[in-house]
Amino acid sequence: MSTTTEITAPGAAEPAPAAGSGRSGRPGRVRRRGERSRTATALTHGALITASLVAVFPIAWLIFLSLGPDKDDYLHPGRILGKWGFDNYSFVLQHTSFFTWFGNTCLVAFATSVIGVGIAATTGYAVSRMRFPGYRKFMWVLLVTQMFPIAVLIVPMYTILGDLGLIDTYGGLVLVYCTTAVPYCAWLLKGYFDTIPFEIDEAGRVDGLSPLGTFWRLILPLARPGLAVAAFYTCLTAWGEVAFANTFMLDDQKYTLAVGLSSFISEHDSQWNYMAATAVLIAIPVSLVFYVVQKHLVTGLTAGAAKS
Amino acid sequence: MTVAVEGGAAAKSRGAQGPRNGPFERLRRSYQKHWYAYVMIAPVVVVLGVLVGYPLIQGLYLTLTDANSLNSSRTIGVNHIDATYHFIGFGNYADILWGPTSWDRFWSHFIWTIFWTFACVVLHYTLGLALALLLNEKLRGRTFYRMMLILPWAVPTFVTVFSWRIMLSDSGVINSVLGGLHLPQPQWLEDTTFQRTAAIMVNTWCGVPFMIVSLLGGLQSIPGELYEAAEMDGANAWQRFRNVTLPGLRSVSSTVVLLGVIWTFNQFAIIYLLFGSNAPDVQILVTWAYYLGFGQQPRDFAQSAAYGVLLLAILIVFTSFYRRWLARNEQLAG
Repeated sequence: MSTTTEITAPGAAEPAPAAGSGRSGRPGRVRRRGERSRTATALTHGALITASLVAVFPIAWLIFLSLGPDKDDYLHPGRILGKWGFDNYSFVLQHTSFFTWFGNTCLVAFATSVIGVGIAATTGYAVSRMRFPGYRKFMWVLLVTQMFPIAVLIVPMYTILGDLGLIDTYGGLVLVYCTTAVPYCAWLLKGYFDTIPFEIDEAGRVDGLSPLGTFWRLILPLARPGLAVAAFYTCLTAWGEVAFANTFMLDDQKYTLAVGLSSFISEHDSQWNYMAATAVLIAIPVSLVFYVVQKHLVTGLTAGAAKS
Repeated sequence: MTVAVEGGAAAKSRGAQGPRNGPFERLRRSYQKHWYAYVMIAPVVVVLGVLVGYPLIQGLYLTLTDANSLNSSRTIGVNHIDATYHFIGFGNYADILWGPTSWDRFWSHFIWTIFWTFACVVLHYTLGLALALLLNEKLRGRTFYRMMLILPWAVPTFVTVFSWRIMLSDSGVINSVLGGLHLPQPQWLEDTTFQRTAAIMVNTWCGVPFMIVSLLGGLQSIPGELYEAAEMDGANAWQRFRNVTLPGLRSVSSTVVLLGVIWTFNQFAIIYLLFGSNAPDVQILVTWAYYLGFGQQPRDFAQSAAYGVLLLAILIVFTSFYRRWLARNEQLAG
């Protein structure tokens, strides 16, 4: 008798923790998918909390340090608690070129993204819908252009822009950014156009629209979210670019934020407190934009490459 | 009207059965059939030709000369000085690859770059996959965790690198904590080994969020029925992961690993901003090329450009092998 009862408990072999989730209808407490023991849940939460802390800490620390008024407060974080305030922020906003840099960065980033998306839109559509001789080669060129290390173009660009007198101008920087922005937007937009059903194109053709007409009247209005994502992402990339901006913008009234932020360290003999405040001010608008577009971003990024 | 229809992709199947009338006729037909496509890609072709093609050719030419900032054309005040550099053939490449001290100048950076790329991508992928798996569970506060975990991606790199620089400095918070635990306090920003560790650490921190988000997208696209079927067949958690999750993630994984390799290999901002130009041992090839071209006096344009070309060649070779390897794997699997 006793042997039979033991055999009827198949779950006994598995070291099931004491607290399931009270699903007693099934014999032997076999856990179903999506259910976990309390220990597993606690471990999951523990791991995620640890990871989140690691992810958030450097940024939280920066915000904390930006509240300390003295320039070596970062060495004695304990002292900040007693005297914290927003003095750094008011100094940065009133006595540095922060707004000039901010304006420069916005101008360059905005121009890059408008030009990038504007030029790449028809191409994204063409490579999404049409197969033409040279298609594979063209896609290959688009892919290779995106893997250009900055070292390939920075020297010739420097000499060419120097000959054209475009060093230290916004136009020159925008041109340089377009070298990566244009192929990149083409990829992103191809990914987005691929998600729009082909039947719409066919309907357009049946109604007598040319391919350009189909693109302009039917697809473009539908692709507005995709265009927005590509534009935002180009904007964010241009916003955070360091190498070219560092090399090509020489006048401190023309710095972008990335260059301006580094100048706090050398120029004003390492004023980490102002630097931290500036960094926080820079991060806030960008992060907000990022959180708005991030969901669409990844689908675009991976879809384009996966389907090539 | 009918012409328009034939011009587009709809007419794809038509050309094949036409009679073959020699190359010229075929060219004409192909032009008739595809001219819309060519018109539509024209803007990008032109822009890439001017903005990428021309500088690339110029750069290739520069690598065959001895150009530096002393003999290039430049304007000082009102005087324009013409370029006086000479064509020296493949001298730069030979010098970089097997010239005297090429070990210190190229090969040591090369090995460190390979190690850096490999270590970073492995860490990105494993940590990203682990966190994505956790985030894929039904869990309270999942959205909150997700928002927290992608924060390092949301904040621009040049901002967070400065935060790390403060934290890693000699008496910064990381060393204070280590000291509090009676652990050794390394000089993160001065000692070569620790500089390298710090660089990999910061890059991992910056790169994991992208992996999490894309792998999570991949996980969510695996149909639940597959897991149910596997469970019916008695697969345990590890077997389900091994035989359902990993194959389901294959296409996403191959893409993000490729992107990760390219981005890490080309990663400029982190090493440049964390260490500046003063730490030769920790420079990867990209930052080293930048240092040669713009961080020293006189600026060595020719060598810097040659490094750039070598880097691009390495990436192109890697990418084509990688894609071929993927294609073969796909054939075996399918």
